[in-house]
Amino acid sequence: MIADTLAAVIIAVATAYAALAGADFGGGIWDLLAGSAVRGEVPRRRIDQSITPVWESNHVWLIIAVVLLWTGFPTAFAAVFTTLFVPLSVAALGIVLRGTGFAFRPHARTLRWQATTGGVFATASLLTPFFMGTVVGSVVSGRVRGTNGDPVTSWANLTSLLTGGLFVAAGAYLAAVYLAVDSDRDRQPELRRYFTRRALVSGLVTGAMAGATMVQLRTSAPAVFIELTTGRGLALVVISVLAGLAVLVALTLDIVRPVRPLAVLAVAAVVWGWAISQYPYLLPPGLTIAAGAVPRAVQITELVVVGIIVILVAPSFVLLFRLAQSGRLAEAEGPRPGSGPPGGGPPGSDAAATRASRGQAPPRGRHRGQPRSSGRLWPIAVAAVVIAVWRLRRRGTGAR
Amino acid sequence: MPTGLASYAAQVVPARAQMGSSLGFHIILACMGIAFPAIVMIVHYLGLRRHDDAAMVLARRWSRVMAVLVAVGAVSGTVLSFDMGLLWPGLMGRFGSAIGIPFSFEGIFFLLEAVFTAIYLYGWDRLRPWTHFWTLAPVVVSGILGALSVVAANSWMNQPSGFTLSHGRITSVNPVAVFFNGATYYEVPHMLLAAYMVAGGITATPYAVGLLRGHRDRYTRLGFLVPFVVAAVATPFQIGVGDTAARAIASQQPVKFASMEYVPRTATHVPEWIGGVWFNGHAVAGISLPDVDSLLVGFSPDTKVTGWDTVPPALRPPFPTMIHLCFDFMVGIGTLMLLWGLWLALWWWRRRDLPGGCLGKVFLGGGALSGIATVLAMECGWVVTEVGRQPWVVYGVLLTSRAATTASGVIGTLAATVAIYLVLTVATFAILWVMKRHWDAAATRADVPVPYSPSAKPEVRS
Repeated sequence: MIADTLAAVIIAVATAYAALAGADFGGGIWDLLAGSAVRGEVPRRRIDQSITPVWESNHVWLIIAVVLLWTGFPTAFAAVFTTLFVPLSVAALGIVLRGTGFAFRPHARTLRWQATTGGVFATASLLTPFFMGTVVGSVVSGRVRGTNGDPVTSWANLTSLLTGGLFVAAGAYLAAVYLAVDSDRDRQPELRRYFTRRALVSGLVTGAMAGATMVQLRTSAPAVFIELTTGRGLALVVISVLAGLAVLVALTLDIVRPVRPLAVLAVAAVVWGWAISQYPYLLPPGLTIAAGAVPRAVQITELVVVGIIVILVAPSFVLLFRLAQSGRLAEAEGPRPGSGPPGGGPPGSDAAATRASRGQAPPRGRHRGQPRSSGRLWPIAVAAVVIAVWRLRRRGTGAR
Repeated sequence: MPTGLASYAAQVVPARAQMGSSLGFHIILACMGIAFPAIVMIVHYLGLRRHDDAAMVLARRWSRVMAVLVAVGAVSGTVLSFDMGLLWPGLMGRFGSAIGIPFSFEGIFFLLEAVFTAIYLYGWDRLRPWTHFWTLAPVVVSGILGALSVVAANSWMNQPSGFTLSHGRITSVNPVAVFFNGATYYEVPHMLLAAYMVAGGITATPYAVGLLRGHRDRYTRLGFLVPFVVAAVATPFQIGVGDTAARAIASQQPVKFASMEYVPRTATHVPEWIGGVWFNGHAVAGISLPDVDSLLVGFSPDTKVTGWDTVPPALRPPFPTMIHLCFDFMVGIGTLMLLWGLWLALWWWRRRDLPGGCLGKVFLGGGALSGIATVLAMECGWVVTEVGRQPWVVYGVLLTSRAATTASGVIGTLAATVAIYLVLTVATFAILWVMKRHWDAAATRADVPVPYSPSAKPEVRS
């Protein structure tokens, strides 16, 4: 039971990573698709403003998930990282390139340099989620069976590639939704329409990819497919479809504000649908959660760590996103004579009047820098955990 | 798992090279991540408390530098966590449940650090000045606690404890004993102090160059003095901790100690070698101080020091020359840093000024080299601890060759890793160079920037 809880916690962390960092990768994809330097300037700036202050905090969830996995389920971790050496190496490469792009881009003052660092950032945003998706596809279709799996066909197969595509599409979809909401909040109607269109298209593509992956699972992972269509996972598939449809309807009617939690729900339900349909297997078809578990003291320690994270880190995240939403975070800048905005007053008093200066390149406009807030994700993540634990409890004993 | 020389060359050597280059690169950024926020906090405090514009400008500029270094450090740290699985599945699969415990605590502090760094970096002019200042405190604290966690994982590899093995599988774990193992108490303070010395040295370097070039303004002096004093204050403590650590290693990992000090045979009255190359069974071209090694280990020339002859050749670390010279270099730099700190303290006590006179340039020259010197000393320390533990990855429990991945393609990822780190290093310096040029241009436009208008009163003290 403790091992099950730990597995559920790892999935919850992975969901947070997908909902937060997945969208940051998606932002990179829209950056890649934004066209020429001139045409894409405005949306690219919007993407920059939304992602720059929060991407690093969002990224840390990946490290938490990796560390929890290697501590809580070390044999599975070793098997995954040996068999899937290639896609995981490429994903790590993408992470390095993307982070570097973020770090260096604000300082790349000439256009050519900005294009280079931006290109690196955008390409990396495509690589990392795709190859992480192939990893999940390989696990779910039972291709990781110990440390001597095939180094190529374990991930270069239809299920894995489809899952990779699904990850890319889902990230782009979440990003388009978040960016549309951000544009709406900052009263940028043209940008809102720009990203709403993209959210609609990518939402349809994501739905199609999810459907195709599911059909493919019918042959590559029949047990999971049965659970998804007639068993434990069915409710979550239904939730995902309904939430996805609700987003599409709302966006078509030009209602933007409430779509963010719905879009997150649609994506989170897919993650949990996968996890619950695969239960009780860690690495199907052989390794169960119970068999892959570590001594009890370690599991309890890991749950304590997660407890500390919930108590300490969650409020910090809420603070970060609150500050970001109220316009009190903007890129640091060297002091410039005469440009010092009022900072002595109470916080928020001049928030609306205070503009975020973006770098010091002259052509940059006077947009208010209001990075994305994702504070509302927490209730959804908590609800997902509750639903999952409830379902596992009900089914857990029978399934074993 | 295949064994033998061929697989050793094909798997273990590139895996160790990749781990070494990843760690060697990341550790510099980690030092900046641990200690640089504290240095920024000091100048920020000076700027707010004394309405010191020069200090405020430094705080602002350093926070921009911090933004770049923290981002690059976050990604190189992620690569390290991937490397643990990609390169050492034999370690993680068998001992992940033990070594993972300190790492998962590190996760807490990494998250806190990332969140509050973002709030600090993007909170300039947006938050109330003192509120903004205090958002850096959690970063400093979680830097220290994060370092504690990660170094505890490394010290567990040197002194594994807190687990029971049966048939090669861990059957029970005592998390507290894993975290606070026999090497935690000296490795953690040693690394923390090293981080403060490295961050202080690196930060002081460009301002020492500025002083050498004749920029004697308050901005340059403060930019040199604050970080250099941080490094200088850490140094005597570091020497004390290092001395304790060496004695502990002599009893806990005697073969590592024997390689550090050229002790081929267990004996009393062991000499201390300073420098020297191990060639043909003898130390060549070094200075030998009779009885000193025995004295250092047990405070008496009659102390018996264990030599590497106590284990078969296959269980001895390779390259004793490299281990010994790295150790000597580290100690030498520490000693020089101590001298430089005393030099500064003396002049400050007598004259309230930087060391001047005919040797003033020598002092500043040393200050300008303190960045590269402290970085090299720290890298040497890691070479001593990591190469000195070989052929074990978990001392006395798991051989490195049994931990390495069986996946092919490590040569490829090694090449990619080295290439990327080279590009990253060049790009980081390029960005810092661009920032510096920009600041120089800003300085000629207006000399008195307004850090926190209207609350701050511009007032330049000299």
